[in-house]
Amino acid sequence: MGYEYIGITVLWLFLYGYLIVASVDFGAGFFAYYARITKKDHIMNKLISRYLSPVWEVTNVFFVFFFVGLVGFFPDMAYFFGQALLIPGSIAIVLIAIRGSFYAFESYGSKNNSVYMFLYGATGLFIPASLSTALTISEGGFLNVTESGVRLEFGELLLNPYSWSVVFLAIVSVLYISSMFLTYYADRADDADALSLVRKYALFWSIPTIIASMTVFIALSQHNPEHFNRMFDYWWMFGLSVLFYLITVFLVYSEKLYGWAFISVMFQFFFAFFGYGASKLPYLLYPHVTISESVTPDAMGLALVIAFIAGLLLLLPSLALLMRMFLFDADYIKGKK
Amino acid sequence: MVELDSVMLSRMLTAMTLIFHIIFATIGVGVPVMISIAELIGIKKKDRYYSLMAKRWARGFTIIVAVGVVTGTAIGLQLSLLWPSFMQLAGKVIALPLFMETFAFFFEAIFLGAYLYTWDRFKNPMTHWWLSIPIIIGGTLSAFFITTVNAFMNTPAGFNMEDGVINAINPIAAMFNPATPTKVFHVVSSAYMASAAILATIAAVTYLVKRDQEYAKRALKLTVTATLVFSISTAIAGDLSAKFLAEHQPEKLAAGEWHFETEEGADLVLFGTLGEDNEINGAIRLPNMLSFLAYGDFNAEVTGLDQIPDDEEPPLWIHYFFDLMVSIGMFVLGITFLYVLMTYIKRWNPHNKWMIWALTSIGPLSMLAIEFGWIYAEIGRQPWILRGFMTVAEGATTSPHVGAMFLLFFLLYFVLGVGTLVVLRKMFKNHPAEIELEHLYKEVDKGGER
Repeated sequence: MGYEYIGITVLWLFLYGYLIVASVDFGAGFFAYYARITKKDHIMNKLISRYLSPVWEVTNVFFVFFFVGLVGFFPDMAYFFGQALLIPGSIAIVLIAIRGSFYAFESYGSKNNSVYMFLYGATGLFIPASLSTALTISEGGFLNVTESGVRLEFGELLLNPYSWSVVFLAIVSVLYISSMFLTYYADRADDADALSLVRKYALFWSIPTIIASMTVFIALSQHNPEHFNRMFDYWWMFGLSVLFYLITVFLVYSEKLYGWAFISVMFQFFFAFFGYGASKLPYLLYPHVTISESVTPDAMGLALVIAFIAGLLLLLPSLALLMRMFLFDADYIKGKK
Repeated sequence: MVELDSVMLSRMLTAMTLIFHIIFATIGVGVPVMISIAELIGIKKKDRYYSLMAKRWARGFTIIVAVGVVTGTAIGLQLSLLWPSFMQLAGKVIALPLFMETFAFFFEAIFLGAYLYTWDRFKNPMTHWWLSIPIIIGGTLSAFFITTVNAFMNTPAGFNMEDGVINAINPIAAMFNPATPTKVFHVVSSAYMASAAILATIAAVTYLVKRDQEYAKRALKLTVTATLVFSISTAIAGDLSAKFLAEHQPEKLAAGEWHFETEEGADLVLFGTLGEDNEINGAIRLPNMLSFLAYGDFNAEVTGLDQIPDDEEPPLWIHYFFDLMVSIGMFVLGITFLYVLMTYIKRWNPHNKWMIWALTSIGPLSMLAIEFGWIYAEIGRQPWILRGFMTVAEGATTSPHVGAMFLLFFLLYFVLGVGTLVVLRKMFKNHPAEIELEHLYKEVDKGGER
């Protein structure tokens, strides 16, 4: 296996990690705001802030890691995506910046400011929408590549059913993953009020999630039939994804094993995300960038892989420590520490 | 009149992001060191003032870190968005330190969360103190890795280029390029210095407004001593940097020093203005000092701008920034030295009005010096983005929308800047240290200290 496959697997894992932790974060912002306007914030807010405060910075790192690694392993991506994505990329940065800093301002500075809450909730939905643009573009058909540079065809992007189906999927997935996590967390905290509230959210958002997944399939078959056909080589991965979806909904519906239900959510997205990723190959950016042509020279590829392994040896124990302190420490979750 | 094309706008946007980010990044690297020292003293001496100091600094620090993280994310993405051709080329050589920087950042982020939320969670307070060590390591390593990237842009190494194609890459050699040691030393040292100085400014202001004076005195003693130590090491790092420039980037030193003719026994030019035809007015000339500064020898030959092709000459106005940076460094070194001296001589009162007033200035001045130093270092390698290999114009995006993005980010930084100030003010203004101390430790003797 060449470095390019190790590289893309590593990157995809980090993007997957970001998908999960960021969804929890983004969705929580939305629910916090929604709870406030429906006057249920007293139930929700403590739960959310106890989980989010220690980890919000870690969430951001997953994202930074992905794009730094992408440029590192595949420098050509910097050229194409960099030129094309100036506007959506900048908007995403601004949203992330507002969200991250306002979160800190709100939780350490002035409490309970409605404007903050609104921005926090709204950016939680706009960020996944703007970030998903990058994935849409990678399916091809939106770039005008000439000698003088790369241009994004905005009109094309805005009128395309595929791009909208991806945005829709991104938003509902965020709400689905987040509510599933909060259900688990509320259960751990023995917080019956919060549990009954977020459990309703979770069941509600499971419906648009499955619809959106199907819509994306159909839209992709129109937009990039070649990719769509390759997806059938990985049909079993998508099948497993649906199976885990059913398990999740069943568990949450029958009000038991919320921890397993969330793990099942993670598997559901794992298989869908990796099935999608694997079937994309060999293209990183259809049809301009393929995985083997754009890969960084061997010496750098090797160095990156070594750095990655060394980094993991450092990170995994630290992450485990963080999770033990804040995620799985029952006393902490219940607010006793 | 400079034309506002994509290249110019990309430069302006990058500069604006960096100038804003550097403030938060610098504090992010340096303040954990101070927090850790204060917490350790508090534990060892059983002095609650120091423990409180660590807590209060940490609370303000979270706000700064938040803005540092988001602006750091911005510059990370902007590198590819604004300089796609540069990243396509250089990414092959410098991906390693960029990648490792995110690891260091990750490590720091994990332990920062753990540190901030576990103040009273452990039986042994030293357990909590140990959590501060990975934060320092992570922050300083981030600075190290990202500085190696900048060093690489100044003195590219670790690859061969033939007809625009890169080959024979050595990632380690690229990371440890000639500029790396002096740059890292200078960056880390000055970040520690500026952070200590900012905390000293806060302590001095607290003292001046006659609030929490017991607390402020201890804070002053710790922060000013630390500033002195770090400003000495920064001065040494600066001297080594000058020697490095003379050897590897003579055009930057020559432009910064208005050294036009290559000569032996070159003079050091302090201040002054540059007239037409490059005649220098009103400057203080220190004979032979530039040779000494550059090579440790009063008669050494220093390369002048006459040896540099005209189109590779950096702008001459960087001289002002060089002078300002050095003057501030010397001033802070002098003032902190005087304060520390006075604390050791019984008859002198280090807390006299003039001294405290002077100390209020060192934080903002040190931060300005860091900005000036970066402006000198960055403009001093113009017109190159990758010295000797790629000019800034070749690296920039061709997108026509950079201008609009500049305005967007200007607005963002404005909001973030104002927000930070408002929140920090709110956080501390109505929560004086003494009251917080009484509140936290009810058993503390409340008499006589206020």
